[in-house]
Amino acid sequence: MADTVYLAAFVAVAAIATFATRIIPFLFFERHTEHPLIKHLGRYLPAAVMALLATVFLQRSGDWSATVPGLDAILAGMLVVIIHLLRRNALLSIAAGTAAYMLIRQTGILDSGLAG
Amino acid sequence: MNSLVFRLTLPILFGYLPLGMAFGVLFTTQLDYAWWAAPLMGVVIYAGAGQILAVSLLAASAGLLEVFIAMFVLNARHLFYGLSLLGQFRGAGWRKLYLIFGLTDETYSLLTSRARTQDRLHELDVDFRITAFNQVYWVIGCTLGALLGRNVAFDSTGIEFALVALFIVLTIEQFKALGDAFPVWAGAAAAGVAMILLPPAHQLIGAIAIVTAVLLLQYRHLRTKSIAEGHSHG
Repeated sequence: MADTVYLAAFVAVAAIATFATRIIPFLFFERHTEHPLIKHLGRYLPAAVMALLATVFLQRSGDWSATVPGLDAILAGMLVVIIHLLRRNALLSIAAGTAAYMLIRQTGILDSGLAG
Repeated sequence: MNSLVFRLTLPILFGYLPLGMAFGVLFTTQLDYAWWAAPLMGVVIYAGAGQILAVSLLAASAGLLEVFIAMFVLNARHLFYGLSLLGQFRGAGWRKLYLIFGLTDETYSLLTSRARTQDRLHELDVDFRITAFNQVYWVIGCTLGALLGRNVAFDSTGIEFALVALFIVLTIEQFKALGDAFPVWAGAAAAGVAMILLPPAHQLIGAIAIVTAVLLLQYRHLRTKSIAEGHSHG
């Protein structure tokens, strides 16, 4: 019983903390939507955030202890970039990159290929 | 409209199902709580890394203040996301609270990158559905993982790369829409600096803080330049 009470309190606190991070900008900056500084950030921040998310998560999906460190993630990432620049079809680029990454990961093809 | 939303959110389906399942499996194998607490967390907390952190906090029976601080700090990057959406979410009415609640990395990425028409109400409706579809994928993942536990048979190793690929594609789209590579390079460089200097748990917020500072400097620089050139539009 005590466990259920703790779990309920835990989930409530975690939910409030997470929601707080998402709603705070709307509470404090709503009146300044037209301020040139907010417009500047609104215009450029998404591109910057996208690039940094891509960089951080690409690094995290790489195997940096492999023969060629990070090659699995870099190859799959480059495939996404190339296919996207050629065809500009988001689903195709994502599917191709993910399939390539899964193949590399599940078969260990990079390491065996380089070793043999 | 739902088929358009489904197409837009398909990459997120491929990311959220396996990641939600990973959380669910972790939850049932590490903790003694009832399985349904895992999907419940997906419904009311709805944060990927946050929920995985929550498993270790639950396992340690962490104090509630500690839980609040840990979850707030881990999700602090979201503080910056709303800044780009203040205008876009205006007039969303009852949908607005949910749009804000559902602002994960992936939803933010889709909402700020997709092409929009002049019809604001229609676009807000699409935004709302994108947010809801994404959360449904996540909750299904949490549920499957919690129910199946260790018995997950399908080898989906690597499928979560879909989210990395999504971020790469959206970076390219953002760059094409802006016609300006500066924020892209600034973002990538900030990520590099943060990855060298900070432990993994603080890298995202560190990188966002750095790149926001860079954009503030750029803003100041542009303003002084336009004032010096005599055509300030205050």
